[in-house]
Amino acid sequence: MKKIRIGTGAGYAGDRLEPALELMEKGNLNYISFECLAERTIAIAQKAKLVNPNKGYNGLLEHRMDKVLPLAHKHKVKVITNMGAANPQSAVDVVCKMAEEKGIKGLKVAAVYGDDVLSKLDRYKDAAVWETGRPLAELDGIISANVYMGIDGIVEALKNGADIVITGRVSDPALFLAPLVYEFGWDLNNYDLLGKGTLIGHLLECGGQATGGYYAEPGKKDVDKLWELGFPIAEVSENGEFIITKVEGSGGVVNKDTLTEQMIYEIHDPSAYLTPDCIADFSNVTFTQMGKDVVEVKGASGREKTDTLKVSLGYKDCYIGEGEISYAGPGCLERAKLAAEIVEKRLALTNVKFDELKVDFIGINAIYKNSDRNYNTPEEVRLRVAARTKTKHDAEQIGNEVETLYTNGPAGGGGATKSVSEIVSVASILINRKDVEAKVIYKEVL
Amino acid sequence: MKLWEIAHSRTGDKGNISNVSLIAYDIKNYELIKEKVTPEVVKEWFKDIVKGEVKRYELPQLGALNFVMYDALGGGVTRSLALDKHGKSLSSYLLDIDI
Repeated sequence: MKKIRIGTGAGYAGDRLEPALELMEKGNLNYISFECLAERTIAIAQKAKLVNPNKGYNGLLEHRMDKVLPLAHKHKVKVITNMGAANPQSAVDVVCKMAEEKGIKGLKVAAVYGDDVLSKLDRYKDAAVWETGRPLAELDGIISANVYMGIDGIVEALKNGADIVITGRVSDPALFLAPLVYEFGWDLNNYDLLGKGTLIGHLLECGGQATGGYYAEPGKKDVDKLWELGFPIAEVSENGEFIITKVEGSGGVVNKDTLTEQMIYEIHDPSAYLTPDCIADFSNVTFTQMGKDVVEVKGASGREKTDTLKVSLGYKDCYIGEGEISYAGPGCLERAKLAAEIVEKRLALTNVKFDELKVDFIGINAIYKNSDRNYNTPEEVRLRVAARTKTKHDAEQIGNEVETLYTNGPAGGGGATKSVSEIVSVASILINRKDVEAKVIYKEVL
Repeated sequence: MKLWEIAHSRTGDKGNISNVSLIAYDIKNYELIKEKVTPEVVKEWFKDIVKGEVKRYELPQLGALNFVMYDALGGGVTRSLALDKHGKSLSSYLLDIDI
C-alpha cells in the first residue's frame, strides 16, 4: 500500500532550522511543511508590505531557504509553507532567484493567495466581532483582513506539479492535509478521511511539541537530548491510518503522553474542531506505542464543513508601556510594594491616562494570581508595572516612572528596564465561504 | 496529594480563551481526577484570572480532561498586560491543586 511521509519543518515563525534539515536528510520524507504564521503576524507583515511592496513575507524565508532548497532538491522532498504571509508572490520571486543563484534547475514554485479579504469587508459591516460582540462597522483602525483558507489552493498547486508551495493565510492543518488529499486522491466529501488528515496536521503543526518538546519535567517526564530535539514525522496510509515518529537518534520522545498533550492543545470541544475543510472529531482517538518513538494513531473522524470561514482582522489598538525593577534581601517585598505605590501615585499626579494598569511582583504573583494565597518571604522580587494607553507619550511614562525609582527611592532597587509597544490586535468575524476563492500562480526555474 | 503527582497538563490559547488539559499518567487515576477536578473547582482555583465560565470535556480513553476557560487571558494574547500573555504557565499551576 502507498504510504506518504510528511515532516514538520517549523512549528512557529522563529523556530529552529536544524531539525528541518535533519528531517530532509534522514527522514525519508515526501513532504515537509513549515508553519510560520501566528494570528497577529500577518497584520504586521501587511504593514511591512505597505512600506515596501516587495516585502511582507516571513523574515526568515531567505535564512531557511538557503539550506532548505538544496536539500529539498537533492532528496526530492516537496516543501509547503505559509511563509508567504502577506506577500506569497514576492516570496516566490525570492525563492526562484535563490534557486537560480544556487544552480538548482527544474524547480516549480507556486504562490497560493486570495486570503486577503480587506476589500470585501464592506459587505460585512453588520457582522458580529467575536471579541467585542459589536458590529464590524464599529471596529476602527483595521489594517488587514485575512481569511483562513482550506486546502484547495495547495492541492491545485501540487496537481500542477509545484515542488514548493508558498501560501498566505491558510489553516495550519491544511499545510499537512493538502498533500495527503493530493497524493491519495481523497474525495473532498469524504469527511472521515479529512478528519483523520486534520488530526495529522494538528499533531504536526507545532513541530517539537509532538516529540517531547514543551513536555519535559525533570523526574516526572524526562526527555533525552532536548537540545537536539527531532521534529515529528507522520507516515500515512491511503486509508488515513498513520503513525507518528521522528528520526532515529534525534533528541526527544514520541509517546502517548506527548501526543495526548498536543492533541488537546488549542482545541475546545474535542468532537468538533472547526477547520475550513471539515469539522474534525478527535473524541475517540487512541494512541498505541508500537516501538520506541513510534505511535499508532486511530479513531479520528470528521463531519461536513460549515458554510462560513474565519477572518482575522488586524487593527491598530493601543500602546502598552512597561517598566520593571528588582529588589533583594530582607524586606524586599515590602520595598517592591512601596515602589508600586509610588509609581501609581506618580502616574496620578502627572495625569497619565491609561485604560488598564497591572502591577505584578515577579516571583510572587506575576503568573499565578490568587488573593487567597499566602506567600513566604522571597529572597528577591521584581516589580513589573504595565499599562494600556491611547497615546505613545502616556505609555512612555509607565516605564519612566519605574526607572526614576533608581534615585528617588525605595532602597536598593536595581536592574530597571522599560519598553513601549504599539499594539496591533486581532479580532475575528465569519464570512461566507462563497466570497473566498484561492488563487495560484507559478514560477519556474528551468 | 497534588495533581502534579498523578497527572500532566498543557495550555493552549485562542484569542481570550484558554484551554488546559489534565492527563492522568496512569489511566486508572482518570476516574479520580474526573471526580475531584470539576469545572467549579477549576473556576475557583483560577478565580482571580478567569473571568468567564469554565467548561470541561472528557476523553476517557486517553485518561484526559480538557478545561476550556472563557475570558481568561486579560483581553486576549495580542492586548493582554500579563507577563505570560498566552497563559502557558497556567497548566503547571493547575497541577498544584491538592486532591
